[in-house]
Amino acid sequence: MTTTIAPAPATAPDLIPGAWPPAAPEFVPGAPPPATLWADTWRGIAKENPVLVQMLGMCPTMAVTNVLANGIAMGVATMFVLVGSGLFVSLLRKYIAHEVRITSYILIIATFVTLADLLLAASFPEISKALGPFIPLIVANCLLLGRAEAFAAKVGPVRAVADGMGMGIGFTLSLAAMSAIRELLGRGSLLGFDILGPRWEPWVFMVLPAGGFFTLGLLLITAAWIDELRRKRRLVVAK
Amino acid sequence: MSPHAHHGPPSAPSAVAATPPATAKAPEVSSWKLLATLAIGGAAAGLLVVAVYKATLPTVEKYAAAKEAGAVREVLKAPARWDTLYLQKGALTRSPTGGDDRKGLPKAYLGFDAAGNRLGAAVTAQEPGFQEEVLLMIGFEPSNGTLIGFKVLDEKETPGLGDKIERDTSFGSQFVGRVAPLKGVRSRNATDQSQVQTITGATISSRAVIRIINHAVERWQPLLVAYERGAAQ
Repeated sequence: MTTTIAPAPATAPDLIPGAWPPAAPEFVPGAPPPATLWADTWRGIAKENPVLVQMLGMCPTMAVTNVLANGIAMGVATMFVLVGSGLFVSLLRKYIAHEVRITSYILIIATFVTLADLLLAASFPEISKALGPFIPLIVANCLLLGRAEAFAAKVGPVRAVADGMGMGIGFTLSLAAMSAIRELLGRGSLLGFDILGPRWEPWVFMVLPAGGFFTLGLLLITAAWIDELRRKRRLVVAK
Repeated sequence: MSPHAHHGPPSAPSAVAATPPATAKAPEVSSWKLLATLAIGGAAAGLLVVAVYKATLPTVEKYAAAKEAGAVREVLKAPARWDTLYLQKGALTRSPTGGDDRKGLPKAYLGFDAAGNRLGAAVTAQEPGFQEEVLLMIGFEPSNGTLIGFKVLDEKETPGLGDKIERDTSFGSQFVGRVAPLKGVRSRNATDQSQVQTITGATISSRAVIRIINHAVERWQPLLVAYERGAAQ
């Protein structure tokens, strides 16, 4: 009795070394699918916004968004670390052994966080003082390790920088929106300039932690609502 | 056909086993290579951080000095010049021993007007407020404890309530000319020269300011008197 054994269906052909894809210069398991640089950047700004969609980095989102200047400074500092660590994680991805990759990523991230802290203290001492320990705490922001492990370690440096920029811009925009609402209602001002005038009785509640939760809730509802509207419109177009 | 026959069609599991395992295990990396990766990375990161720290240090120190000078000018009502005194071995001195270590010594400032008359002394003091430590710079006349003024250098009191100790000018201005030890009162007519009216809604923060000033004067007044007596001889 002869049986022809059909070759086992290659369910995951790209996991067999040397089989597929034959021409690919490098193969990384779990690498993000190819995309344009614009798509890599836009992902962090809207589709996978760190705060409003991924719900990452909640600690700085709550703690430093009582006035607009602090929110923007926190966002820009985080963007600096995202871009810097993304670039280096991507450049060094072939030299970092799998076993020590997380330690290495944290080392790279911590270096950029320290640089951001020192540069902020030298250039904007008042903001640096107001942000206090929250700049060093960027190290513990899961957004950074998340992007290093899920994205930067698996793509080339250009894509990693685009992703870092996008995530950084998305983070900054969310923090700016939060802090603008909280400063405007809580102090009647924006960036320290009086907007609502002396007759405005400040809602002190908005600059306290409770106001932070309140504002974040409102922003999340708004983001989800916009998403819902867009999805419905797409359905109508499809019909 | 018995299930024990060896020439039957291969069962599914053995077919899968014939193909290479789906997840090829990465070869073991030697511990030395891992150690080397982290050592080189750590050294490079350390060098970079030290370089940037060295580069930014002058700017940071310049800012701190300018801020300190601004506070001294404010609490001593614009002195023409001032001496910085260091508290070392229980006494104030203008020239402490120990080189760079003097940065950590407690400091007092003696302000003079253009004619060389002594205007008063300024010191910093820090104690708990309602939420966190409140840092003040206090200007006073060492001989009798009369206050010249104070400035809140750092506070994290409740916005809108406790932070009035920094923003409410009518609270700060009533300290001028009062004599320590001060006492906080609620009534509107704080007429006694040691009485200060506390802020409504910020009683604890107001009392913290009064307490810090009292303790600072109590601590520094004898030191300053002793210093001036020594300087006069």
